[in-house]
Formats: sequence, C-alpha cells, structure tokens
Amino acid sequence: MRGKDIIFRLAVRSIRLHFLRSTLAVLGIVIGVVAIATMGMMGANMTLSVTEQLSEMGNVLVVTESREGGGGGMSGPGGPSGGSDDDDFIPEEQFKDIERIASKYGTVYALYSESDTIEVGDEERRATIYGLDQDVIPEILTLASGAFPKSTSSVLIGPSLAGRLDLTLGSKIDIGDSDEGATTTVRVVGIIEERGMSMDLNTDSAIIGSEKLFTGIYGGEGEYRQVNIILDDINEAGNVSDEIEEQMNKKEEQVSVQDSSRMLENITETLGTMTTFVMAIAGISLLVAAVSIFNVMMMSVTERIREIGILRSIGTQKGEVRKMFIYESAILGGLGAVIGAVASLSIGWVVVLAMVGSTDYFFAPASLMYVPFGMAIGFVTCVMSGVYPAWSASNLDPIEALRAE
Amino acid sequence: MDDQPLIEVRDVTKVYPLKSGDVTALDSISLSIQKGDFVAIMGPSGSGKSTLLNQLGCLDRPTSGDLLIAGRNTREMDDHELTGLRLNTIGYIFQKFNLIPLLSAYENVEYPYLMKHRQEDENGHISRLLSKVGIDAALAQHKPPELSGGQQQRVAIARALVNDPQILLCDEPTGNLDSITGGQIMKMIRTLNEQGRTVLMVTHDPTVAACARRNVIIKDGRIT
Ligand SMILES: Nc1ncnc2c1ncn2[C@@H]1O[C@H](COP(=O)(O)OP(=O)(O)OP(=O)(O)O)[C@@H](O)[C@H]1O
Ligand SMILES: [Mg+2]
Repeated sequence: MRGKDIIFRLAVRSIRLHFLRSTLAVLGIVIGVVAIATMGMMGANMTLSVTEQLSEMGNVLVVTESREGGGGGMSGPGGPSGGSDDDDFIPEEQFKDIERIASKYGTVYALYSESDTIEVGDEERRATIYGLDQDVIPEILTLASGAFPKSTSSVLIGPSLAGRLDLTLGSKIDIGDSDEGATTTVRVVGIIEERGMSMDLNTDSAIIGSEKLFTGIYGGEGEYRQVNIILDDINEAGNVSDEIEEQMNKKEEQVSVQDSSRMLENITETLGTMTTFVMAIAGISLLVAAVSIFNVMMMSVTERIREIGILRSIGTQKGEVRKMFIYESAILGGLGAVIGAVASLSIGWVVVLAMVGSTDYFFAPASLMYVPFGMAIGFVTCVMSGVYPAWSASNLDPIEALRAE
Repeated sequence: MDDQPLIEVRDVTKVYPLKSGDVTALDSISLSIQKGDFVAIMGPSGSGKSTLLNQLGCLDRPTSGDLLIAGRNTREMDDHELTGLRLNTIGYIFQKFNLIPLLSAYENVEYPYLMKHRQEDENGHISRLLSKVGIDAALAQHKPPELSGGQQQRVAIARALVNDPQILLCDEPTGNLDSITGGQIMKMIRTLNEQGRTVLMVTHDPTVAACARRNVIIKDGRIT
C-alpha cells in the first residue's frame, strides 16, 4: 500500500521542484475549466429564465382573420383587400364557431382593439384601447389596485401608462383627439399588474374598457380584432389549433391560429443553438489550454531528458517513469479542475448576472452541472495531454538520455 | 557451480554507427570475472573503458556477443529485468556522477532506496552511509551544483552503495579527489571487496590500480 505512493510522492516533489512550469500548466487548465463552466452556465441560465418567462404565456392561442382569405367576410364592396388593418376582423359568427370548438379546452374570448389619441389634462398620447366582455375581464386580468369596471365609463389601465401619465384611481382620460371631434371621457377604476409582452394582450400601456364603451366610440359591433383562447392544458395547443383550422378553413382560408407554444419551442431551440455555439467557443479555449499543457508537459520531458536518463540508469522501470509523468499531469489537472471550479462559481455568477440579468437559476442543477462537467473535461484533457510526453519519456534510451546536456 | 564466473563477457563488440563512419568502441572483448574479484581496467582515453562498463552495467546492449551475469544471458532478459538488475544487483559510479541537480545530496542517495524498498529509510541507513563517505548532515542538504567535484563524487558513491549491490562498477571513482580523500575512498572500496562484493574499477592511476587483484588493459577497444 505505502509502496504505491512512492511514485506519487516523487511526482508531487517533481511538481514542486518545477514550480513555475507547474503553475503555468495549472493556469491553462483553470482557464479551460472556467471557460467551459461559465459559458455553459450562462447558456443554461439564459434558457431557464427565458423559458420561464415564455411559459407564463405559452398557453394562449390567438385566432385572427386570415390575410390570405377574403376581406373580413365580404364587408365592403370592393374594399381594399389586405390593405388597412381595419378591414381585418373576425365576425361574430366565426367567434361563435371558435367558441363552440374551443370552449371545452379553456377560456375563449373575443376582443376589440384600436390605437387612438388620448388626452390627460394637457398631455396628449397614443395608446391602445381594448374592448372586452365585462364578465371576461376579471378572468384574464389581475389588478394591482382598484376594482374591475362596472359601467361603460370606467376603465382599467396598464401600469406603464399609469406611471407615464401620473394616473391614479379616479383620474380622468379623454379618448379621441379634441381637435378632430368629440372625445369620450372615462374614469380609471383599476390598475392592472404588469404582464410584459405577449401575443394575446399587451396591457401594460393600454386602456381596457367594456365592449359597449369600445363600440360606442368606434362602432363595428361584432367585428372582433382577434379571439384568444386560454388553454387549461398547454399540451392541447396543437390539437385545438388543428381543430379550429380544420373546421373553419375547410372551404376558404378564414382564420389563422397562432400557437404561442410553438413560438416557445422555436425560441427554446434558438437558445439551445446559441448555447451549443457558446460551448463550442469554450471548447476552443479548452483546446488552446490542452495544447499549452501538452507543450508544458513536452517541455518538461525535453528539459528533463538527462534526469530521466539518470532515473532509468539507477533502476527506475519504464512503467514507473511513465506513471510519474501521468501522475504529474493528473495532479496538475486535478489542481486546475478544483481551482477552476471555484473560479467558475464566482466568475460565472458575475457573468450570468451581467449577461442574463438575474441569478435566480444559478443554483439550478441544469446550470450548476456545468461546473463538474468543466472539471471533468479539464482533468481528462490534462491527463490526455500528459500521455504522449509520458510515453516518450519512458522510452528514452538511458545511455542516449545520459549524454543529453 | 562455484567456478562459474559471476560476469562473463564473450566476444562483445560495440559499434556506434555515425554519419562520419562507424566507431568500433569495443572489438571482440572476452573477459570473465569471478565472484569477489577486484579488477582494475586501465587504458588511454577513448579506448572504450566507459563503453565496456556500460555493457556490464546493463545500460546498453552489445552490438554482438554475449554478456552473462550469474550464468544468465542478458540477451534473454527484457528491459524490466535489466532495470531490476541495475536497481538491486549493480551499483554504478558514473564518470560524470550523474546526480539529479534539483534534489539534495540526501535525496539523490535516497532515490534508489525508495525505488527498491518502497518506503522511507527509518533506520538512518542513508545518513550513516553519507557520513561514511564524508558527507555530513548539513552538506547532505545541499544540491549537487552547490557541492565541489569531490563532494559530488562521494555522493555518487553513496548512491551506488545504498542498495547494497553485489557488483560495483566504478568509472574513475578517485579521479576528482585529492590523494587523502582518494585514499579513504579506495579503502572503502577495498573493504567492500573484502566483504565479498565484486568490484570493477576504471582508473588511470597505477597506484590505485595496484589495490586491485587483477589489471585489465584496453587499447582501441581490445584487451591487450
Ligand atoms: N554514444 C556514442 N556515440 C558515438 N561514439 C561514441 C559514443 N560513446 C562513446 N563513443 C566512442 O567510443 C570510443 C570509446 O569511448 P569511451 O567513452 O568508452 O572511452 P573511455 O575509455 O571511457 O575514455 P575516457 O578515459 O576519456 O573516459 C570513443 O572513441 C568515443 O568517441
Ligand atoms: Mg570513460
């Protein structure tokens, strides 16, 4: 048992004696491990946080008028097809059809929307005005403060709009341009929680009122901008989308269904590609590290030819010389891997914070696994780059080696 | 059985192939050495003395001819076995000392001990050996480049003796020493021989050669 470690201890001593060279080799490994682990963690954290953000809205299907079909169910005679947005709408009958098909999978609601000028005191802005069924509003929106609107003159507003215009509960907003005609005055009764960007509703800078309020201002009753389906089960997205398209687009292309889970898949896939790309860069830096270690180990052999000759001539076996060099690279690799792991945790934290903006997922297994992964690759690379030098050291002819200067 | 020589050299030739033409360093040398013998090898510089010692020390293989050690032909031994012989049976004092410059004198002597015994020397064997050749404990901590030629030679002698070898090969063991220290070293080698070890010694010094039981003279790779 003790006999075995003699070679190991000799290897340790040799590392100590060649301190500078050993430090350089360790540094190479540390850089490689840090590159792999940090890049990997960055990719993983990015994927995790984006996926989480996206999956919150991943269960929504959005149905809109198909651009390829006729203009909004033959509305105007010879209306400009596919020209203005205003002509694309989903008529009431189609909404009923969609509701019939999809209501068993979740909440189906139609919405009106329009972009218009609004005035608060002297300030003028543009904002999106949504018209929604009063009964549906509480089901799909969450309030930060106030209450849901009960009358046609009360509205909800998004938090960004409230912040920009200093609006509070009870504030009054004039919808429409006072220079061009009549405006409608509404009162803020509630402020919605922040929701971020999504496909179905972008409420952060919008005004949300009842359907009656909306059609009272813009007309067009029963001509919805889009129909949203909030699914109970995200896995039904494909089925429901297929079913709607199959039933409604049989004769002509009436509607198009956007499946946000498919978008989610695409984004996740893109992120995956990016992570692979980033890992490839990390791999290149490890390759550079490997070459430098190989170089250091090879140098170590060349510089020590005479020493190896002496060792061989006084009775050190080939295998023992080989083992000594392998041990050396393994020790250097182990040291480099451990130091690299510690460094990756701290550097990785900083990089993730800077690049992803949050370290919420830093300690998730999918992220942390890159540390042992980087360590293993660094260690193996180091040992591998030590194999050839070790082999060539052990095969030196003792007499030839002794003659070297 | 007893009259079988410990070392038998049969028609050994060593040729160094060089671009400028082959150099025949040893030319059909035959020599047999009994156990307990003390042989001095003499000859002019470049005559092949170190080359012969390298063959006997199993560091090199002859181009042709056979070398038998304790009745076994070294041609039939693999590298592992020859290395074992170098570690356990043969002590070699090199002409150029061949100490490891990064290790202290003590560590240089300790090295073959560690390789053989696979554990550290807990009985003070190495320190005793070092002081016997005139290297005290303080000097033993020095590295070879910090030692004089004579001191290095004494460390090299201690290293050759540390595993208590049956055969001692000395390439000019007193070449770098003053006559007093040289005399001490020669006394040591003679004592080792009297204790039963077989000694082969290369030397230029006739008074040193006079200590040996037998003199062999080499000229241009041939025994004269
Ligand atoms: N590795 C080698 N390659 C080529 N020629 C060599 C080699 N080693 C020795 N020789 C040649 O072999 C011959 C004998 O060399 P060797 O070292 O045995 O001489 P020596 O008797 O020990 O001399 P010295 O007394 O100077 O030590 C010399 O001519 C030398 O040039
Ligand atoms: Mg010589």
